[in-house]
Amino acid sequence: MTSDLITSLYVFMLAAFLGFEVIRRISPLLHTPLMSLTNALDAIAVVGAIVLAGERRTRLSTVLGTVAIIAATSNVVGGFLITDRMLKMFKPSRPKKP
Amino acid sequence: MNAPFATQQIIQLAYLIATALFILSLKWMSAPSTARHGVRAGELGMLLAIAATLLRHEIVDYRWVATGLALGSILGVPLGLVHMTAVPQRTALSHAFGAFCVALVGTSEYYLRAPHIPPFAMAVLAMEVILGSLTFTGSLMAAGKLQEVLPQRPLTYKGQNVVNFALLGIAVAAAIDLVLHPQHTRMFPLLLTIPLVFGVLMIIPIGAADMPTVISLLNSYAGLSAAAMGFVLDSKLLIIAGALDGSSGFILSVIMSKAMNRSFTNVLFGAFGQVQASAAAEQRARTVRTATVEEAAAILASASSVVIVPGYGMAVAQAQHRVRELYDILTQRGIDVKFAIHPVAGRMPGHMNVLLAEADIPYDKLLDMEAINPDFPQTDVALVIGANDVTNPAARKDPKSPIYGMPILDVDKARTVMVIKRSLSPGFAGIDNELYYLDKTLMLFGDAKAVVGELVRELGGGRS
Repeated sequence: MTSDLITSLYVFMLAAFLGFEVIRRISPLLHTPLMSLTNALDAIAVVGAIVLAGERRTRLSTVLGTVAIIAATSNVVGGFLITDRMLKMFKPSRPKKP
Repeated sequence: MNAPFATQQIIQLAYLIATALFILSLKWMSAPSTARHGVRAGELGMLLAIAATLLRHEIVDYRWVATGLALGSILGVPLGLVHMTAVPQRTALSHAFGAFCVALVGTSEYYLRAPHIPPFAMAVLAMEVILGSLTFTGSLMAAGKLQEVLPQRPLTYKGQNVVNFALLGIAVAAAIDLVLHPQHTRMFPLLLTIPLVFGVLMIIPIGAADMPTVISLLNSYAGLSAAAMGFVLDSKLLIIAGALDGSSGFILSVIMSKAMNRSFTNVLFGAFGQVQASAAAEQRARTVRTATVEEAAAILASASSVVIVPGYGMAVAQAQHRVRELYDILTQRGIDVKFAIHPVAGRMPGHMNVLLAEADIPYDKLLDMEAINPDFPQTDVALVIGANDVTNPAARKDPKSPIYGMPILDVDKARTVMVIKRSLSPGFAGIDNELYYLDKTLMLFGDAKAVVGELVRELGGGRS
């Protein structure tokens, strides 16, 4: 139990440092799509909600789990969709005018 | 007995690959040319993780899972198709949904496990529920302010911070009690409801112009609450996704507060706008030079370099497409046109870039503050459209000014400055902008969209 916990803390710390290093490099140009992308990725919480809704343990956990799935899935679908729509709009200058 | 064991390993492997894809997804976001691969990688990782989860042996009933996934997808599509000007409130809303999910899962985990919860598990569970609930209502409030269904002005009252801290203190006390005595189930509702109230009260005193920082901070909280959920469920995938989101939100909030020369605490507890009302009172009657559209067009036509400075006013007036027409006409005349983007222009990080990209302006013409500031002294015309405080030279020169020290776009160093503005009303900080009284500044009063449209017509383009 404790060694598991320590492993998890190491994972968290390393992921946080990795996050700082990766995200620091992202140009301010893309900060809005970055935020909608991390939002969609964050909705991976849906995994926990799926287990909860599918376990059939108590009525409360099934109901809360299902509502949680709805909330998270809407973030997954909406988040990826809008990020892609935004990124599609970013175009470089055409090298030569026709 | 061998078969489920193998499935278990496949699931863990799928989670591992999903984690790698998430990291790659963020890495590819660093350049516009690879950013769309990043979205693909994220989608693939997400699909993989969800598919693997469906294989887990704990799941005995798929009806509710399927219902939830279907309803969530139906709800998600319109949220993904909102207009680009509505992106800030959509983002706030999605922070609310993410936090809502986390708070709900935390709540059911507590009731499933109580009263046998080890202290550390209870501590992270409490953190998950507190962060989830306050981010939920806080983000809903932020979305409401951005959508303008709630008042955008900061609302303050005496003792506001005392009330807020007291509330948070009660929630933390309840959390400590639960860590020591997880069987005190009567305390749990406090852990859920007090942060819900706190989230509302936290956003009430924050003005709409501070939203870039607040949205980023809520982004960070949403990520941290998901990471806490990862600790509760012992899911490395969730811990990593939450940590990445948390650090992303944190970096953005640091950038945003630096760009306003303010600390987090100042944004959260300061309520800008109110305090400075008196400072603005001692303004002398000064004159500004106004110009007609014809004069302005003539000056633009004879310039060889123009820098356009867009602000929230451009977004409000929906003027970005007119601005593109102006960009096209000036470029066709051989004039070098660039855009200067202040980090806090607009209502969320990067807001202006998205609006200008939507209007088909090439992204290599959109320059951030550090890149463009050295160019202003060589610029013939700086055209300010709906931006105010981020161009105020007082931030550089006047130690008495409330925005002194805030990094600004050095618009006043350009040879000629043109400002398109509705009226002389001050910006969010309630401060008069010295820029408007300079000899080289020409004011064009009117709606941004209409004025830019007239400029385009005057310069002999546009379709009418």
